[in-house]
Amino acid sequence: MKVNELGKDDLLWQIEYNSDRCTFCGKCTAACPFDAIEASVEKRRKVISEGPTPTPKINFQTVPVIKQNIDIQNFCRGCGICEKVCPNEAIRPVKNPDERFAMKVRSYTGNSFTRGGRNNLNTNERAFDKIQIGRISQMTDPSLDAQRHTFEMLAPFGRILPPQQIPLHMVDGKLELEDNLPPVRWIYPIIIGDMSIGALSGRMWEALAIATAYLNEEAGIPIRMCSGEGGMPVRLLKSRYLKYMILQIASGHFGWNRIINTMPDMVEDPAGIIIKIGQGAKPGDGGLLQAKKVAQHIQEIRGVPKTDLLSPPNHQGLYSIEESVQKMFLSLNAAFKFKVPVAIKVSASVTSVSVYNNLLRDPYNIVGGFFLDGIYGGTGAAHEISLNHTGHPVLSKLRDCYLAAVHQGKQGQIPLWAAGGMGMTGNLAADAFKAICLGANGVFTGKLMLQIAGCVGNDHGKCNACNTGLCPVGICTQNPVLVKRLDIDKVAENIVNYFIATDQEIKKLMAPIGNSSLPVGRSDALVSIDSSIAEKLQIQYAC
Amino acid sequence: MCRIGAIKSKNYMHPSKALLLMRSQQKGHDNSGFAMVMQDLGGIFEDYKDLPILSMACTDEGLNIADNILAEEGFLRVMQWCPETNPDPKLIIETMPHYLFQVLQYPKAFKYATPEEKEDLLINTRLRLRKALEVDEEGYVYSFWPDVITLKEIGDPKDIGTYFGLWKESKDFAAKIITAQCRQNTNYDIVRYAAHPFFLQGYTSLANGENTFYEKNKLFQKKLYKGYVGFESDSQCFLYTLHYLNKVLKWPLHYYKHIITPLPYDEILNRKDEKILLKIKESLAHLEINGPNTIISTMPDGTVFTCCDSKKLRPVVIGSTDETVVITSEVTGINEILPERNWEEDIYPHERETVVINNDMKIERWQQ
Ligand code: SF4
Ligand code: SF4
Repeated sequence: MKVNELGKDDLLWQIEYNSDRCTFCGKCTAACPFDAIEASVEKRRKVISEGPTPTPKINFQTVPVIKQNIDIQNFCRGCGICEKVCPNEAIRPVKNPDERFAMKVRSYTGNSFTRGGRNNLNTNERAFDKIQIGRISQMTDPSLDAQRHTFEMLAPFGRILPPQQIPLHMVDGKLELEDNLPPVRWIYPIIIGDMSIGALSGRMWEALAIATAYLNEEAGIPIRMCSGEGGMPVRLLKSRYLKYMILQIASGHFGWNRIINTMPDMVEDPAGIIIKIGQGAKPGDGGLLQAKKVAQHIQEIRGVPKTDLLSPPNHQGLYSIEESVQKMFLSLNAAFKFKVPVAIKVSASVTSVSVYNNLLRDPYNIVGGFFLDGIYGGTGAAHEISLNHTGHPVLSKLRDCYLAAVHQGKQGQIPLWAAGGMGMTGNLAADAFKAICLGANGVFTGKLMLQIAGCVGNDHGKCNACNTGLCPVGICTQNPVLVKRLDIDKVAENIVNYFIATDQEIKKLMAPIGNSSLPVGRSDALVSIDSSIAEKLQIQYAC
Repeated sequence: MCRIGAIKSKNYMHPSKALLLMRSQQKGHDNSGFAMVMQDLGGIFEDYKDLPILSMACTDEGLNIADNILAEEGFLRVMQWCPETNPDPKLIIETMPHYLFQVLQYPKAFKYATPEEKEDLLINTRLRLRKALEVDEEGYVYSFWPDVITLKEIGDPKDIGTYFGLWKESKDFAAKIITAQCRQNTNYDIVRYAAHPFFLQGYTSLANGENTFYEKNKLFQKKLYKGYVGFESDSQCFLYTLHYLNKVLKWPLHYYKHIITPLPYDEILNRKDEKILLKIKESLAHLEINGPNTIISTMPDGTVFTCCDSKKLRPVVIGSTDETVVITSEVTGINEILPERNWEEDIYPHERETVVINNDMKIERWQQ
């Protein structure tokens, strides 16, 4: 035996295969994008007796079987696709509690272990789930009827001025505005968060864009979608649907050549611009799109050759908050003639409050939103060490930022948007509502959209192969065969339905606290069953 | 639950009117206190319209503290009136040793001061008094402003009336505007400061219902102006928003509704004043209220108005004669003190309305 070789007991997932049920249809091996299983043969010893009386005979046979590869490239991700396609329930992946796969990969390759998905450590215990909506209106302030009452479900996106700074004058006892002011858009308090064309398959990205347009035009839910870094198809840039899209610029500036070239042909302004400084899932890391995902259309949209696309971890040339305000914000504001709100997205960090404080004090009034992305955000590709061991939960940082603004008397001036694990348990409405009560104006969500679309990955080591370009359900791959697995219309439909349900569910939470508009900062409506969480967030403790 | 009322008249009225107004509504409140603000004073105060009046309840020690502070600031006492009390162990009332209403002369140094400087002095002095008296709960300063007196006490309103002899009409003690309320704020502690009406620099507010946006209103208001203190009641927020709008920002009253109950976004887009309304909605989002509340307020110029939150879960009714207008929670109260009026002209305002009564007793109905 060879002790140092990779063994089946090292693997993350082990294939449980029942050869008695298997008809060797080959569906599983064809469906597994990772080549983690293959057809093989095994020698079997069988005792048989054919006569009327027992006449045992030993028979040796070679039988075909499905075998798991034991390999650091082609290993089982536990995606369960083989199980899904098997007509006979003959095969399924089983999680190996004793795995030491990543450790082995490190020791064999000298490279850090990479994957996609979310943080996989400590994901069972969420502060979100220890918070309840504990203030139920009863006698003095009756609850509302969630079905019949009209609620205003809108949040500002853009720089908000305090009343003294609004240039006003009085004409016949009426106030009038003197000047153009920073643009503010009132939008749904959930943004479909920045996942790029490139990280996602064209189909998945398109499904999100279709759902966004449908929600706006047919369902009365004015949701916005952020492009992610990497631009967007010219057809969309030139269409009227651009008004539902927020364009993102990150350190690689991918896609912006096209955006700028298309500007003369734009018929609508985009909904906003987000400057991405950091990302919750892998703070301090730049973007990474591996060459295998840089398909032809990605090369065109981004204007790049087929190669690993790395966005630097920082915006080159920005050395301070003040400078970033001056340079990036001013140039982007100017590019769209000061008509499009420009916001910033950072990873939640110990330092977020100082950044937010500084932005609040900026004299130019051009920072139109502070997007705070927490540790439980997802990503298409990252070093596992970044995913699991760097980052900051969003909830307390959101609260800190809100209270910092309160301290300055500037709450609401730069709208706060929070993300990073929103809807991780499948319920976006509850998470969004709690974040809003703690001071967010809205939230943004990404990974959940993929899960609605059919992503089989979870936060306990399942799949997380987004970095391989071999996504088994066609969501984050450019492989022409795999993307066909995704039904664009169905995905769009499911996302639309999910938001319609979420809208109802948020109202189901607004009704009992008696609010017809979003309860921004209504921390008095929340209680926590964990005293340390209550203390940290400055809400009531309840037991 | 609270019942609130306001009487505004061309003639001076005795507070017994306010007691009568509230008594018939007593099933609707819990009889836990009585508070009133009288503005535009007649009787013994009529000759001192321009001089600040201190309304205070305190202990002996409190009296000392207050006297010292006022002397230090340079105020001179012109006149002092202490209501004659009728102690009786059967009365349900938690009394303080002293109730006093002092008319004071501005310090000499303020002889040539601007009105703003004088106003600032008054608020600073009131805050100083309040702070000093708060330490050992030696007293409560309810208002310190010209032509205004405030009385608040814990107990049964009927008995409070008896204790202060308020049931007996008298010409000495009268005002053209009286706002009153019959309940201590029992949602929180029974604190004298928590009883409406609340007063600040000529503005008075009282409200019923519960301000569910208290937390966000409060956090925002705390930074806006030094006089926004206390927050013993969630209804103080309505006063501070009014003061901020009119006194600090110097915006006209009709924007009050746009601040506390901004129109839904879609409705704003259909209006001519869309731009300004949007800016107000954005800029003062933390002053929005979500009810259920009805608010009655008095402005420094004597205008009285009422409006409610956008859900209109707390009603109010306005009844009037040529001489007098009454705003109160239940029509029974108005029937009691204005039985002769034409009740067909009673107004039940709706959720987008501000009903405004000016000094000629003209009633205007402003639509948001
Ligand atoms: S679970 Fe997924 S990766 Fe594993 S063998 Fe099955 S199809 Fe392949
Ligand atoms: S299914 Fe696709 S998107 Fe989901 S974890 Fe696997 S590779 Fe990533």
